[in-house]
Amino acid sequence: MVDVVVENTTTGFNPRRQRLADFLFRSTTRLFAIGVLVLLGAVMMSLLVGGAPAFQAFGVAFLWGDVWNPVKQIFGGAPAIYGTLITSLIAMLIGVPLALGVAIFLTELCPPILRRPIGILIELLAAIPSIIYGIWGLFVLAPFLQMTVQPFLKETLGNIPLIDFLFRGPPIGIGVLTAGFILAVMVLPFIAAVTRDVFLTVPPILRESAYGIGCTTAEVVRDIVLPYTRIGVVGGIMLGLGRALGETMAVTFVIGNAHRVSASLFAPGTTISATLANEFSEAVGPLYIPSLILLGFILFIITFCVLAAAKLLLLRLDRQAAK
Amino acid sequence: MTLYTRRRATNLVILTLSLFATGLGLLILFLILGALLYHGVPALSPSTFVHATPAPGNQGGLSNAIFGSVVMTAVATLIGTPVGILTGTYLAEYGRSSWLAPIVRFVNDILLSAPSIIIGVFVYTLMVVPMGHFSAWAGSIALAILVIPVVVRTTEDMLNLVPAGLREAAFALGTPGWKVVVMVTYRAALQGMMTGVMLAVARIAGETAPLLFTALNNQFSSTNMNGPMANLPVVIFQFAMSPYADWQRLAWGGALLITFAILVLNIVARFLANWSGGSTSR
Repeated sequence: MVDVVVENTTTGFNPRRQRLADFLFRSTTRLFAIGVLVLLGAVMMSLLVGGAPAFQAFGVAFLWGDVWNPVKQIFGGAPAIYGTLITSLIAMLIGVPLALGVAIFLTELCPPILRRPIGILIELLAAIPSIIYGIWGLFVLAPFLQMTVQPFLKETLGNIPLIDFLFRGPPIGIGVLTAGFILAVMVLPFIAAVTRDVFLTVPPILRESAYGIGCTTAEVVRDIVLPYTRIGVVGGIMLGLGRALGETMAVTFVIGNAHRVSASLFAPGTTISATLANEFSEAVGPLYIPSLILLGFILFIITFCVLAAAKLLLLRLDRQAAK
Repeated sequence: MTLYTRRRATNLVILTLSLFATGLGLLILFLILGALLYHGVPALSPSTFVHATPAPGNQGGLSNAIFGSVVMTAVATLIGTPVGILTGTYLAEYGRSSWLAPIVRFVNDILLSAPSIIIGVFVYTLMVVPMGHFSAWAGSIALAILVIPVVVRTTEDMLNLVPAGLREAAFALGTPGWKVVVMVTYRAALQGMMTGVMLAVARIAGETAPLLFTALNNQFSSTNMNGPMANLPVVIFQFAMSPYADWQRLAWGGALLITFAILVLNIVARFLANWSGGSTSR
């Protein structure tokens, strides 16, 4: 910028003061932007420092220790870590196909006039707080699964050798499978929204050319849309996975809170976030709180990696689209 | 079967499945809202809003929880919004060619999806441990940390939608940079920024996890920000998990209140965004 010093005595306009104000405003915004970085660093540091006593006591074996005994002050993270991973896996197995279905419906099949309303309704699923999913899952979904889906799975898939161990035990409604179901519903709107948005970035000419040579809608989606948007779709799925891993209240309601690793999907289990939610405010003893914070640190690292990967993939897509 | 009929059949199957997936999503939404109305409406009465949470077996309401939720949400929004707006301003107005902006944007997007219970643990070690007790302040700070990334994101998006010509016109009149931002760009993007704040309020109003070990809960009415304070989400959690039928009933009532408040906020925010011509992309 060219410096033009104009002293305007009638309005009291003082360029030097304005430049100072400008500098201050710019620095303030910059300071707060740096603050966001500091915030992330502070979260990591506080978890690391808070969890350090537990790490010193149990070492790396905390990752595969499967004893969780507050009375004897022996803690192992394996049941919670396993539960976190397995519920998220179930959520992805159910949620991803559903989300892709919704995205395909919204971009290829839906009459244009219904696109916005249906899209908004699906997005409202994401607005419902997780505690509501929890209370609904406990009082409505769990009894329903106990009466219908779980006996059905037991009688069909439960009789197939090699996978029958997944469906052993009484169907009690609450447990790993129910938590996975709830998570699937919760990640559905996130994945569907991203997938729909990236599907819409496919140039119409590609799609129309495919239709022009006689492709069916399914073939257009499989051979044109999905290959073109694959990075974005994977990014969306990772975003959903990040949500599923850290989801707390809904899971806490329906997972049953048992610190053990069971092969059966009907068995109660726990996740990192559910353990924190249930036990943190009542934890006593020198190693209890540090162990919980260490679990939190592990969760943070896992979700950080997943979300960072998702973000990098989506950024790559943006750059591709800009070209 | 000819190739053609097979392709047609595959197509039909895929499209039916995608229709089914959408139907299932909508069905679940309506099932949840239906269950809330079915269990929640009978649980609500005028006394719900004037009496505090009862002991099991006694008559009572949710007044202390509603008060606590409103206060903590308000304080969190008041703290988080300015921070979010200033950061968003930096990203949109000043950070275009700096190395800092992409990193901040990246970190902000991670904070946006980071597990909220982790924020609870963070505030616990930061505030509850040094202060020696749970407090509504700690709960508000935890919620404020959740407000920031939402507001940063929408502020940046909305400021980017303001046409460059508007800024250039202001600069051409010799307006200092900060005045251009505050008097011109903010004004042009005001509705969109409001949308962001409303979405942030909607997000924290139902957050439970960060409050569990910051604000905790309080059986009684309290206006002391330095002590534990009742709030709807934690009350719903405790009451729903309890074995008492009348507590569970109140939990449903609270769940209905929260959900409809949040859905209304979301829908209003969307209309506001549409009206101003912006989009609320995530």
